[in-house]
Amino acid sequence: MTPEQVRQAFIEALGQIAPEGDLDHLRAERPLRDQLDIDSYDFLQLVIALHERLGVDIPEADYQRLATLQGALDYLNAATAAMRS
Amino acid sequence: MPALGADMEAGKLVEWLVKPGQHVKRGDVVAIVETEKGAVEVEIWEDGTVDALIVELGTIVPEGTVLATLHDGAGAAAPTAPRAVSPAPVAPVAQAAKPAPVVIAAERYKISPAARRKAQELGVDLAKLVPSGPEGVISLADVERAAPAAVAPGAPAVDRMEAMRRAIAAAMSKSKREIPHYYLANSIDVTSAVAWLARENAARSVQDRVLFAAVLLRAVVLALKEVPELNGVWVDDRLQMSQQVHLGVGIALRGGGLVAPAIRNAQDKTIPEMMAAVSDVIRRARAGGLRSSELSEATVTVTNLGEQGTETVYGIIYPPQVALVGFGRVASRPWVVDGTVQARDVVQATLSADHRASVGHRGAVFLSALDRLLQQPEKL
Repeated sequence: MTPEQVRQAFIEALGQIAPEGDLDHLRAERPLRDQLDIDSYDFLQLVIALHERLGVDIPEADYQRLATLQGALDYLNAATAAMRS
Repeated sequence: MPALGADMEAGKLVEWLVKPGQHVKRGDVVAIVETEKGAVEVEIWEDGTVDALIVELGTIVPEGTVLATLHDGAGAAAPTAPRAVSPAPVAPVAQAAKPAPVVIAAERYKISPAARRKAQELGVDLAKLVPSGPEGVISLADVERAAPAAVAPGAPAVDRMEAMRRAIAAAMSKSKREIPHYYLANSIDVTSAVAWLARENAARSVQDRVLFAAVLLRAVVLALKEVPELNGVWVDDRLQMSQQVHLGVGIALRGGGLVAPAIRNAQDKTIPEMMAAVSDVIRRARAGGLRSSELSEATVTVTNLGEQGTETVYGIIYPPQVALVGFGRVASRPWVVDGTVQARDVVQATLSADHRASVGHRGAVFLSALDRLLQQPEKL
Protein backbone atom coordinates (compact mmCIF):
# COMPACT_ATOMS: atom_id res chain seq x y z
CA MET A 1 0.00 0.00 0.00
CA THR A 2 1.48 3.35 -1.02
CA PRO A 3 1.67 6.30 1.37
CA GLU A 4 -0.90 8.03 -0.83
CA GLN A 5 -3.33 5.13 -0.43
CA VAL A 6 -2.77 5.11 3.32
CA ARG A 7 -3.43 8.82 3.45
CA GLN A 8 -6.58 8.42 1.38
CA ALA A 9 -7.86 5.63 3.64
CA PHE A 10 -7.12 7.67 6.76
CA ILE A 11 -8.88 10.77 5.47
CA GLU A 12 -11.90 8.69 4.48
CA ALA A 13 -12.02 7.11 7.92
CA LEU A 14 -11.83 10.57 9.49
CA GLY A 15 -14.65 11.75 7.24
CA GLN A 16 -16.75 8.89 8.55
CA ILE A 17 -16.46 10.07 12.16
CA ALA A 18 -16.32 13.83 11.62
CA PRO A 19 -18.43 14.38 8.48
CA GLU A 20 -18.63 18.11 9.05
CA GLY A 21 -14.89 18.56 9.48
CA ASP A 22 -12.70 20.44 7.06
CA LEU A 23 -10.45 17.58 6.05
CA ASP A 24 -8.75 19.42 3.21
CA HIS A 25 -7.05 21.90 5.50
CA LEU A 26 -5.84 19.77 8.39
CA ARG A 27 -2.60 20.92 9.96
CA ALA A 28 -0.27 17.96 9.97
CA GLU A 29 1.32 18.64 13.35
CA ARG A 30 -1.66 19.84 15.36
CA PRO A 31 -3.77 17.42 17.39
CA LEU A 32 -6.68 16.08 15.35
CA ARG A 33 -8.85 16.28 18.44
CA ASP A 34 -8.54 20.07 18.53
CA GLN A 35 -9.07 20.51 14.80
CA LEU A 36 -12.04 18.19 14.39
CA ASP A 37 -13.65 18.27 17.84
CA ILE A 38 -13.40 14.51 18.26
CA ASP A 39 -13.68 12.75 21.61
CA SER A 40 -12.65 9.32 22.85
CA TYR A 41 -15.80 7.75 21.43
CA ASP A 42 -15.04 9.22 18.00
CA PHE A 43 -11.45 8.11 18.31
CA LEU A 44 -12.52 4.54 19.00
CA GLN A 45 -14.72 4.68 15.89
CA LEU A 46 -11.68 5.90 13.94
CA VAL A 47 -9.59 2.98 15.19
CA ILE A 48 -12.37 0.58 14.18
CA ALA A 49 -12.66 2.20 10.74
CA LEU A 50 -8.89 1.95 10.21
CA HIS A 51 -9.02 -1.70 11.18
CA GLU A 52 -11.70 -2.26 8.56
CA ARG A 53 -10.00 -0.27 5.83
CA LEU A 54 -6.35 -1.13 6.36
CA GLY A 55 -6.45 -4.31 8.42
CA VAL A 56 -4.25 -2.74 11.11
CA ASP A 57 -5.03 -3.64 14.70
CA ILE A 58 -4.04 -0.61 16.76
CA PRO A 59 -3.53 -1.44 20.45
CA GLU A 60 -4.75 1.10 23.01
CA ALA A 61 -1.19 1.72 24.11
CA ASP A 62 -0.45 3.18 20.66
CA TYR A 63 -3.42 5.55 20.51
CA GLN A 64 -1.36 8.59 21.38
CA ARG A 65 0.83 8.04 18.34
CA LEU A 66 -2.21 8.82 16.18
CA ALA A 67 -2.89 12.17 17.82
CA THR A 68 -1.84 14.22 14.78
CA LEU A 69 -2.25 13.68 11.05
CA GLN A 70 1.50 13.30 10.59
CA GLY A 71 1.83 10.93 13.54
CA ALA A 72 -1.06 8.83 12.29
CA LEU A 73 0.30 8.58 8.73
CA ASP A 74 3.76 7.65 9.98
CA TYR A 75 2.29 5.00 12.25
CA LEU A 76 -0.04 3.57 9.61
CA ASN A 77 2.65 3.49 6.91
CA ALA A 78 4.91 1.55 9.26
CA ALA A 79 2.09 -0.76 10.32
CA THR A 80 0.96 -1.56 6.77
CA ALA A 81 4.56 -2.10 5.68
CA ALA A 82 5.09 -4.46 8.62
CA MET A 83 2.02 -6.44 7.57
CA ARG A 84 3.43 -6.91 4.06
CA SER A 85 6.75 -8.26 5.20
CA MET B 1 -47.11 14.08 20.41
CA PRO B 2 -45.06 12.81 23.31
CA ALA B 3 -43.00 14.88 25.73
CA LEU B 4 -39.49 15.44 24.44
CA GLY B 5 -37.85 16.49 27.68
CA ALA B 6 -37.97 19.58 29.85
CA ASP B 7 -36.44 21.84 27.27
CA MET B 8 -38.59 21.04 24.25
CA GLU B 9 -42.28 21.69 23.90
CA ALA B 10 -42.85 21.14 20.21
CA GLY B 11 -41.47 19.45 17.17
CA LYS B 12 -42.05 19.65 13.45
CA LEU B 13 -43.49 16.54 11.86
CA VAL B 14 -41.24 15.65 8.95
CA GLU B 15 -41.97 12.04 8.16
CA TRP B 16 -44.66 9.42 8.74
CA LEU B 17 -43.30 5.89 8.95
CA VAL B 18 -46.71 4.23 9.06
CA LYS B 19 -49.82 4.43 6.91
CA PRO B 20 -53.51 3.90 7.56
CA GLY B 21 -54.34 0.22 7.84
CA GLN B 22 -50.91 -0.69 9.10
CA HIS B 23 -50.64 -2.70 12.29
CA VAL B 24 -48.43 -1.21 14.98
CA LYS B 25 -47.10 -2.52 18.26
CA ARG B 26 -46.30 -0.65 21.43
CA GLY B 27 -42.81 0.81 21.06
CA ASP B 28 -42.83 1.01 17.25
CA VAL B 29 -41.43 4.16 15.72
CA VAL B 30 -44.27 5.76 13.78
CA ALA B 31 -43.04 9.22 12.84
CA ILE B 32 -40.07 11.53 12.83
CA VAL B 33 -40.16 15.04 14.22
CA GLU B 34 -37.48 17.62 13.71
CA THR B 35 -36.49 19.45 16.87
CA GLU B 36 -33.76 21.85 17.81
CA LYS B 37 -31.93 18.81 19.11
CA GLY B 38 -32.13 16.91 15.88
CA ALA B 39 -34.53 14.44 14.35
CA VAL B 40 -36.42 12.45 16.97
CA GLU B 41 -38.23 9.17 16.42
CA VAL B 42 -41.75 9.18 17.87
CA GLU B 43 -42.84 5.90 19.40
CA ILE B 44 -46.37 4.67 19.85
CA TRP B 45 -47.61 3.44 23.21
CA GLU B 46 -50.44 1.12 22.23
CA ASP B 47 -50.97 -1.81 19.92
CA GLY B 48 -53.49 -1.36 17.13
CA THR B 49 -54.10 -0.53 13.51
CA VAL B 50 -53.49 2.96 12.18
CA ASP B 51 -56.80 4.60 11.36
CA ALA B 52 -55.91 8.08 10.17
CA LEU B 53 -52.86 10.30 10.17
CA ILE B 54 -54.16 13.61 11.38
CA VAL B 55 -51.20 15.95 11.37
CA GLU B 56 -49.76 16.97 8.03
CA LEU B 57 -46.07 16.89 7.27
CA GLY B 58 -44.34 20.17 7.96
CA THR B 59 -46.65 21.10 10.84
CA ILE B 60 -45.15 22.26 14.12
CA VAL B 61 -46.85 20.23 16.81
CA PRO B 62 -46.92 21.00 20.52
CA GLU B 63 -46.62 18.27 23.12
CA GLY B 64 -49.95 16.49 23.74
CA THR B 65 -51.36 16.95 20.24
CA VAL B 66 -53.10 13.99 18.65
CA LEU B 67 -50.96 12.94 15.70
CA ALA B 68 -52.99 10.01 14.46
CA THR B 69 -55.83 7.71 15.47
CA LEU B 70 -55.71 3.97 16.00
CA HIS B 71 -58.14 1.09 15.76
CA ASP B 72 -57.76 -0.94 18.89
CA GLY B 73 -58.58 -4.12 17.04
CA ALA B 74 -62.13 -4.34 18.37
CA GLY B 75 -63.40 -2.21 15.56
CA ALA B 76 -63.60 1.14 17.31
CA ALA B 77 -61.25 3.95 16.48
CA ALA B 78 -59.51 5.48 19.46
CA PRO B 79 -57.23 8.45 19.58
CA THR B 80 -53.65 7.45 20.27
CA ALA B 81 -53.11 10.23 22.74
CA PRO B 82 -54.97 10.41 26.06
CA ARG B 83 -57.60 12.68 24.54
CA ALA B 84 -58.33 14.37 21.29
CA VAL B 85 -57.59 18.07 21.46
CA SER B 86 -59.79 19.22 18.65
CA PRO B 87 -62.04 17.97 15.91
CA ALA B 88 -59.40 16.70 13.59
CA PRO B 89 -58.94 18.33 10.24
CA VAL B 90 -59.39 15.83 7.48
CA ALA B 91 -56.13 14.12 6.91
CA PRO B 92 -55.10 14.06 3.28
CA VAL B 93 -53.87 10.54 3.25
CA ALA B 94 -54.46 7.51 1.14
CA GLN B 95 -57.02 4.99 2.33
CA ALA B 96 -55.69 1.72 3.56
CA ALA B 97 -57.95 -0.24 1.27
CA LYS B 98 -56.30 1.05 -1.86
CA PRO B 99 -53.58 -1.21 -3.11
CA ALA B 100 -50.63 1.12 -3.23
CA PRO B 101 -50.84 4.18 -1.02
CA VAL B 102 -47.55 5.90 -1.58
CA VAL B 103 -48.18 9.24 0.05
CA ILE B 104 -46.12 8.33 3.04
CA ALA B 105 -42.53 7.30 2.91
CA ALA B 106 -42.53 3.91 4.54
CA GLU B 107 -38.81 3.82 4.60
CA ARG B 108 -36.55 5.46 7.09
CA TYR B 109 -33.84 7.55 5.51
CA LYS B 110 -30.45 7.54 7.09
CA ILE B 111 -29.62 11.20 7.16
CA SER B 112 -27.92 13.62 9.49
CA PRO B 113 -30.14 16.27 11.12
CA ALA B 114 -28.23 19.00 9.30
CA ALA B 115 -28.76 17.29 5.96
CA ARG B 116 -32.43 16.63 6.64
CA ARG B 117 -32.97 20.26 7.48
CA LYS B 118 -31.10 21.43 4.42
CA ALA B 119 -33.13 19.09 2.23
CA GLN B 120 -36.31 20.66 3.57
CA GLU B 121 -35.05 24.17 3.04
CA LEU B 122 -34.05 23.41 -0.50
CA GLY B 123 -37.06 21.28 -1.30
CA VAL B 124 -34.94 18.25 -2.12
CA ASP B 125 -36.79 14.93 -2.27
CA LEU B 126 -34.99 12.45 -0.03
CA ALA B 127 -36.16 9.55 -2.13
CA LYS B 128 -34.23 10.87 -5.10
CA LEU B 129 -30.95 11.27 -3.30
CA VAL B 130 -28.01 9.00 -3.79
CA PRO B 131 -26.14 8.70 -0.51
CA SER B 132 -22.39 8.86 -0.77
CA GLY B 133 -21.65 8.37 2.90
CA PRO B 134 -20.76 5.16 4.70
CA GLU B 135 -23.65 2.75 5.27
CA GLY B 136 -25.86 4.67 2.89
CA VAL B 137 -26.04 7.77 5.04
CA ILE B 138 -27.20 10.88 3.21
CA SER B 139 -24.79 13.71 3.91
CA LEU B 140 -25.13 17.46 3.72
CA ALA B 141 -23.02 17.37 0.56
CA ASP B 142 -25.40 14.90 -1.10
CA VAL B 143 -28.30 17.23 -0.41
CA GLU B 144 -26.46 20.28 -1.67
CA ARG B 145 -25.44 18.44 -4.82
CA ALA B 146 -29.03 17.47 -5.49
CA ALA B 147 -30.38 20.97 -4.92
CA PRO B 148 -31.10 23.41 -7.71
CA ALA B 149 -27.97 25.41 -8.44
CA ALA B 150 -28.60 28.97 -7.35
CA VAL B 151 -29.32 28.53 -3.69
CA ALA B 152 -27.88 31.00 -1.28
CA PRO B 153 -26.22 29.45 1.73
CA GLY B 154 -28.85 30.09 4.36
CA ALA B 155 -28.99 31.47 7.83
CA PRO B 156 -31.34 28.70 9.07
CA ALA B 157 -28.44 26.68 10.45
CA VAL B 158 -27.80 29.65 12.70
CA ASP B 159 -31.49 29.70 13.65
CA ARG B 160 -31.29 26.08 14.65
CA MET B 161 -28.36 26.75 16.94
CA GLU B 162 -30.21 29.72 18.29
CA ALA B 163 -33.26 27.57 18.98
CA MET B 164 -31.19 24.96 20.74
CA ARG B 165 -29.46 27.62 22.80
CA ARG B 166 -32.83 29.00 23.84
CA ALA B 167 -34.10 25.52 24.75
CA ILE B 168 -31.07 24.83 26.90
CA ALA B 169 -31.40 28.28 28.46
CA ALA B 170 -35.03 27.62 29.38
CA ALA B 171 -34.35 24.23 30.98
CA MET B 172 -31.27 25.37 32.86
CA SER B 173 -32.93 28.59 34.07
CA LYS B 174 -35.86 26.57 35.34
CA SER B 175 -33.44 24.26 37.10
CA LYS B 176 -31.55 27.07 38.83
CA ARG B 177 -34.78 28.90 39.64
CA GLU B 178 -36.58 25.93 41.17
CA ILE B 179 -34.03 23.37 42.30
CA PRO B 180 -32.00 24.07 45.45
CA HIS B 181 -28.78 22.42 44.36
CA TYR B 182 -26.07 21.20 46.67
CA TYR B 183 -22.69 20.10 45.35
CA LEU B 184 -20.19 17.51 46.55
CA ALA B 185 -16.89 16.37 45.07
CA ASN B 186 -14.62 13.41 45.76
CA SER B 187 -11.26 12.55 44.24
CA ILE B 188 -11.31 8.87 43.41
CA ASP B 189 -8.24 6.73 42.80
CA VAL B 190 -9.17 4.70 39.72
CA THR B 191 -5.74 3.18 39.06
CA SER B 192 -6.92 -0.38 39.50
CA ALA B 193 -10.03 0.20 37.38
CA VAL B 194 -8.01 1.79 34.56
CA ALA B 195 -5.47 -1.06 34.65
CA TRP B 196 -8.23 -3.66 34.76
CA LEU B 197 -9.92 -2.16 31.71
CA ALA B 198 -6.63 -1.97 29.80
CA ARG B 199 -6.13 -5.69 30.42
CA GLU B 200 -9.69 -6.46 29.38
CA ASN B 201 -9.39 -4.38 26.23
CA ALA B 202 -6.07 -5.95 25.25
CA ALA B 203 -7.91 -9.25 24.96
CA ARG B 204 -10.79 -7.77 22.96
CA SER B 205 -11.10 -7.18 19.25
CA VAL B 206 -11.01 -3.55 18.17
CA GLN B 207 -14.80 -3.49 17.73
CA ASP B 208 -15.44 -4.72 21.25
CA ARG B 209 -13.20 -2.33 23.13
CA VAL B 210 -14.78 -0.52 26.04
CA LEU B 211 -14.24 3.11 26.99
CA PHE B 212 -13.58 3.95 30.63
CA ALA B 213 -16.77 5.99 30.67
CA ALA B 214 -18.76 2.74 30.51
CA VAL B 215 -17.03 1.54 33.69
CA LEU B 216 -17.91 4.81 35.43
CA LEU B 217 -21.54 4.54 34.30
CA ARG B 218 -21.80 1.00 35.63
CA ALA B 219 -20.41 2.12 38.99
CA VAL B 220 -22.90 5.02 39.10
CA VAL B 221 -25.82 2.64 38.55
CA LEU B 222 -24.67 0.37 41.37
CA ALA B 223 -24.03 3.29 43.73
CA LEU B 224 -27.53 4.61 43.01
CA LYS B 225 -28.96 1.35 44.33
CA GLU B 226 -27.49 2.28 47.70
CA VAL B 227 -28.88 5.84 47.60
CA PRO B 228 -32.10 5.51 45.62
CA GLU B 229 -33.35 9.01 46.46
CA LEU B 230 -30.93 10.34 43.83
CA ASN B 231 -32.66 8.35 41.10
CA GLY B 232 -36.07 9.73 40.19
CA VAL B 233 -38.00 12.90 39.49
CA TRP B 234 -39.41 15.75 41.56
CA VAL B 235 -43.03 16.17 40.49
CA ASP B 236 -45.98 17.77 42.30
CA ASP B 237 -43.84 18.83 45.20
CA ARG B 238 -42.60 15.40 46.01
CA LEU B 239 -39.91 12.92 45.07
CA GLN B 240 -40.91 10.00 42.93
CA MET B 241 -38.13 7.47 43.13
CA SER B 242 -37.69 5.14 40.20
CA GLN B 243 -37.17 1.40 40.37
CA GLN B 244 -35.42 1.48 37.02
CA VAL B 245 -32.37 3.56 36.29
CA HIS B 246 -32.87 5.38 33.00
CA LEU B 247 -29.41 6.83 32.83
CA GLY B 248 -29.18 10.13 30.96
CA VAL B 249 -25.82 10.75 29.35
CA GLY B 250 -24.75 14.24 28.31
CA ILE B 251 -23.63 14.16 24.69
CA ALA B 252 -22.04 17.12 22.98
CA LEU B 253 -23.28 17.55 19.44
CA ARG B 254 -20.86 18.38 16.69
CA GLY B 255 -20.84 22.08 16.02
CA GLY B 256 -22.21 22.91 19.47
CA GLY B 257 -25.27 21.97 21.41
CA LEU B 258 -26.05 19.31 23.93
CA VAL B 259 -28.47 16.46 24.34
CA ALA B 260 -28.86 14.00 27.23
CA PRO B 261 -30.75 10.91 26.07
CA ALA B 262 -31.43 8.08 28.49
CA ILE B 263 -29.98 4.60 28.44
CA ARG B 264 -33.12 2.80 29.47
CA ASN B 265 -32.98 0.15 32.18
CA ALA B 266 -29.30 0.76 32.76
CA GLN B 267 -29.55 -1.16 36.05
CA ASP B 268 -29.52 -4.43 34.10
CA LYS B 269 -26.53 -3.69 31.90
CA THR B 270 -23.06 -5.18 32.31
CA ILE B 271 -20.09 -3.03 31.36
CA PRO B 272 -19.91 -4.32 27.74
CA GLU B 273 -23.67 -3.86 27.43
CA MET B 274 -23.37 -0.36 28.84
CA MET B 275 -20.67 0.39 26.25
CA ALA B 276 -22.89 -0.88 23.44
CA ALA B 277 -25.78 1.22 24.74
CA VAL B 278 -23.65 4.36 25.05
CA SER B 279 -22.24 3.88 21.55
CA ASP B 280 -25.76 3.47 20.24
CA VAL B 281 -27.13 6.67 21.80
CA ILE B 282 -24.07 8.71 20.86
CA ARG B 283 -24.30 7.57 17.27
CA ARG B 284 -28.02 8.30 17.10
CA ALA B 285 -27.73 11.61 18.94
CA ARG B 286 -25.24 12.78 16.34
CA ALA B 287 -26.97 11.27 13.32
CA GLY B 288 -30.49 12.21 14.45
CA GLY B 289 -32.34 9.10 15.47
CA LEU B 290 -33.14 9.47 19.14
CA ARG B 291 -36.48 8.25 20.38
CA SER B 292 -39.01 10.39 22.19
CA SER B 293 -38.92 8.15 25.27
CA GLU B 294 -35.16 8.51 25.48
CA LEU B 295 -35.49 12.28 25.68
CA SER B 296 -38.12 12.40 28.39
CA GLU B 297 -37.59 9.46 30.69
CA ALA B 298 -34.14 9.85 32.24
CA THR B 299 -34.17 9.43 36.01
CA VAL B 300 -30.63 10.73 36.58
CA THR B 301 -27.93 12.15 34.33
CA VAL B 302 -24.17 11.69 34.06
CA THR B 303 -21.88 14.18 32.39
CA ASN B 304 -18.28 13.48 31.55
CA LEU B 305 -16.29 16.57 30.69
CA GLY B 306 -12.80 15.19 31.08
CA GLU B 307 -12.08 14.95 27.37
CA GLN B 308 -10.69 18.45 27.07
CA GLY B 309 -8.84 18.30 30.34
CA THR B 310 -11.48 19.65 32.71
CA GLU B 311 -10.85 18.35 36.21
CA THR B 312 -14.13 19.02 37.98
CA VAL B 313 -17.72 19.51 36.76
CA TYR B 314 -20.36 21.14 38.92
CA GLY B 315 -23.39 20.32 36.84
CA ILE B 316 -26.87 21.76 36.65
CA ILE B 317 -29.64 19.24 37.23
CA TYR B 318 -31.93 18.54 34.26
CA PRO B 319 -35.46 19.02 35.58
CA PRO B 320 -37.47 17.21 36.81
CA GLN B 321 -34.56 14.93 37.76
CA VAL B 322 -33.00 15.30 41.19
CA ALA B 323 -29.33 14.57 40.63
CA LEU B 324 -26.51 14.92 38.16
CA VAL B 325 -23.20 13.07 38.45
CA GLY B 326 -20.12 14.62 36.86
CA PHE B 327 -16.73 13.23 35.99
CA GLY B 328 -13.62 15.15 35.04
CA ARG B 329 -10.40 13.99 33.46
CA VAL B 330 -8.65 10.86 34.62
CA ALA B 331 -5.18 12.18 35.38
CA SER B 332 -1.99 10.84 36.89
CA ARG B 333 -1.51 12.53 40.29
CA PRO B 334 0.77 12.30 43.28
CA TRP B 335 -1.31 10.31 45.75
CA VAL B 336 -0.64 8.95 49.19
CA VAL B 337 -1.01 5.17 49.43
CA ASP B 338 0.00 3.37 52.63
CA GLY B 339 2.01 6.34 53.79
CA THR B 340 4.02 6.84 50.62
CA VAL B 341 3.48 9.16 47.68
CA GLN B 342 2.78 7.33 44.43
CA ALA B 343 1.65 8.29 40.94
CA ARG B 344 -1.98 7.19 40.67
CA ASP B 345 -4.81 7.70 38.15
CA VAL B 346 -7.33 9.95 39.82
CA VAL B 347 -10.71 11.29 38.71
CA GLN B 348 -12.89 13.94 40.32
CA ALA B 349 -16.44 12.70 40.75
CA THR B 350 -19.05 15.30 41.62
CA LEU B 351 -22.65 15.16 42.62
CA SER B 352 -25.13 17.97 42.06
CA ALA B 353 -28.29 17.05 43.89
CA ASP B 354 -31.69 18.51 44.70
CA HIS B 355 -31.82 19.31 48.41
CA ARG B 356 -35.58 18.84 48.42
CA ALA B 357 -35.07 15.20 47.48
CA SER B 358 -31.93 14.26 49.38
CA VAL B 359 -29.61 15.58 52.05
CA GLY B 360 -25.89 16.14 51.78
CA HIS B 361 -25.07 13.21 54.00
CA ARG B 362 -26.79 10.82 51.60
CA GLY B 363 -25.02 12.46 48.67
CA ALA B 364 -21.75 11.82 50.45
CA VAL B 365 -22.74 8.18 50.95
CA PHE B 366 -23.32 7.95 47.19
CA LEU B 367 -19.88 9.30 46.28
CA SER B 368 -18.27 7.07 48.88
CA ALA B 369 -20.06 4.04 47.41
CA LEU B 370 -18.89 5.07 43.96
CA ASP B 371 -15.31 5.14 45.23
CA ARG B 372 -15.63 1.74 46.91
CA LEU B 373 -17.19 0.14 43.81
CA LEU B 374 -14.45 1.45 41.52
CA GLN B 375 -11.78 -0.20 43.68
CA GLN B 376 -13.06 -3.61 42.60
CA PRO B 377 -13.73 -3.24 38.89
CA GLU B 378 -13.86 -6.98 38.28
CA LYS B 379 -16.99 -7.11 40.44
CA LEU B 380 -18.83 -4.33 38.63
